[in-house]
Amino acid sequence: MTELWEGLVTAVKLIISLDPEVMQIAGRSLAISLTASLLASLACIPLASLIHFRSFPGKRVLVNIIQTLFSVPTVVVGLFVFVLFSSAGPLGGLSLIFTPTVMVIGQAILITPILLGLTISALSGVDRALVDTARALGASGGQTAIIILREARYAVLAAVIMAFGRAISEVGLAIMVGGNIRGFTRVITTAIALETSKGELELALALGIILLAIALIVNFALNRIQQR
Amino acid sequence: MKRNIIVVILAGLVVISLLAGMVGCPSTEYPLHDPLVRFRIATTTSLYDTGLWYHLEPIFEELANVEMDIVYAGTGIALEYGRRGDVDAIIVHDRAREDEFIADGYGINRRNFAYNFFLIAGPASDPAGIMGSTAAEAFEKLYDAGLNDPDTVKFVSRGDDSGTHAKEKLIWSQAGFDYEEVRNSGQWYVEVGRGMGPTLLMANEMQAYVLADISTFLAYNLKSGLDIVPIVDEDPIFLNVYAAIAINPEAHPGAKIDIANQLINWLISAEVQDIIGTYGSVEYGRSLFLPIAGCDMPGCPPVEDYTLPVPEYTGN
Repeated sequence: MTELWEGLVTAVKLIISLDPEVMQIAGRSLAISLTASLLASLACIPLASLIHFRSFPGKRVLVNIIQTLFSVPTVVVGLFVFVLFSSAGPLGGLSLIFTPTVMVIGQAILITPILLGLTISALSGVDRALVDTARALGASGGQTAIIILREARYAVLAAVIMAFGRAISEVGLAIMVGGNIRGFTRVITTAIALETSKGELELALALGIILLAIALIVNFALNRIQQR
Repeated sequence: MKRNIIVVILAGLVVISLLAGMVGCPSTEYPLHDPLVRFRIATTTSLYDTGLWYHLEPIFEELANVEMDIVYAGTGIALEYGRRGDVDAIIVHDRAREDEFIADGYGINRRNFAYNFFLIAGPASDPAGIMGSTAAEAFEKLYDAGLNDPDTVKFVSRGDDSGTHAKEKLIWSQAGFDYEEVRNSGQWYVEVGRGMGPTLLMANEMQAYVLADISTFLAYNLKSGLDIVPIVDEDPIFLNVYAAIAINPEAHPGAKIDIANQLINWLISAEVQDIIGTYGSVEYGRSLFLPIAGCDMPGCPPVEDYTLPVPEYTGN
C-alpha cells in the first residue's frame, strides 16, 4: 500500500518539478494520441454520417461488424500494423516502423471502429421528427446532415473522447510498432510497462497518475469548446 | 455560433494537437544534437535492464553523430527484427542461433565484446537441495522435487526464446531431458515470457528457482532487494558471451552498414572494453560485465572474434 502513496507523491513531485524526461514522454503521448484521434475523427465522422443517412443492402451487417470491432485487442491491431510497415512488409519501403508516425497510424486504425460505431449511434439518437421537419422546410440532404450532426454533438463529442481515451491508454500497439525507444517513441503507457518491469513501481504509478491528469485536461478542454 | 459546432470541435483538436506537438518535440529543451541519422539496434534485455546501454548510448551518439534508437528485445525477437530488416544491428547472446542467422545471409561482421555468467538463484532455504551441484544435476533435482512438491519447488522460465531461454534448454538437454516434456510436466514449471528483470522479480515473488545472468541479478538485487539468492553458479556451461552483429546490406539494402561497423569496432575498442570492465563496480563492488579479452576458458570465442576490426563494407 505504501507504493500507492509514494506513487502519488512521486507524481506530484514530477509534475511540479516539470521533470524534462517525464514532460517529454507525456507530451509525446498527447501529441500521438491527439493526432490519431483528429485524423480518425476527420475520416470517421463524415463516413459515419454517410453510413447513417444512406440506406443500402447489408447496412445492419456492416454496423454489426463495426460494433464487433470495438473489442479488437490492441496487440492484434499492433501485429497487423507491424506486419504491414515492417521493412519486409508491403509498406516497408516507407521506413516507418518504430517511429511516432506509425504509432499515429496504428492508433487511428485502432479507434476507427469506436468512432464510426458511436457516431452512428449518436446520429440514430436524433429524433426522427427533426429530419422530417428539416426536409419539409426544404433542407437539402447535406443541410439535413449538418442539422442532425449539430443536434447529436454531445454524443459525437463523447465518441471522440472515448476514442482518444482508448488511443492514449493502450500499450500493446505502442510497444509493438513503436518499439518503446527512449526519446523517440516512448509514451506514457510503454514507459509504465518498462518501469514496472524494472521494479520501479512508484515511478510507474506516478506516470499513470500523469496520464489521468492529461486525460482530465483534454476532456475539460473539449467540453469547454463544445459548450461555447 | 452553434451551427458549426463540429467544425469548432475539430478545430480545437487541431490546436491542441499542434500545441502538443510543440510540447512533444522540445528541441530547445533537448539540445542533444541534431538527429542527422537514426541508427537502430535491437539489444538483448540484460544489457538494457542493467543500464549499460543507457551509459553507452550517448557516447556513441556523439562519436558517430547519429541518433541511436535502442529496441529492447530478447535474442529471439532481436534476430527476427534483424531478419525483417527493421534494425541495423543486433546485440544477442546465443551462439547457435547467431551462426544460423549469419549462415542464412542476414548478418555479417559478428564480434564478441563482453561476457559474464549465468547462475541458478532460488530461495535461501534451497528446498530442492541443489547447492553444490553442477547445472545439469541441479536441473535434474529441480525436476524431481518440482514434480513431488510443486507448492514449495517451482522453476520460473523466461519462456521467450531469448538467449537465456536457449541456455536453459541447453542445460535441460545436457541433463538428459526432452525440453517439451519438461515444460509440460506440471505446474512447478512456470513460463512467464518476459525479459530477464521482470522474470527475476516474478521468481522472487513466487520464491521460485530461476536461471539468470549474474549482471541482471546483481542489478535487481541492489534495486529491489531480492529474497532469492544465487545457489548454483559454478559450471562451464554458465558462460554467457555477448555478440554484436551487423545486418547484411545484401539482405536488406537499407541497413546502415557503415554505422553498424563503426559500432562494432567501437564495442571491441580499448575505450569501451575499459568501460565494460568497470561498469557497475562502484555500486556492486564488481563489474557487471567482463571485457571479452579476459575470457580464457573452454567455450570462449577465438581471439580474432574480438580483436580483428571489421572491414569497411565495399559491396560486391
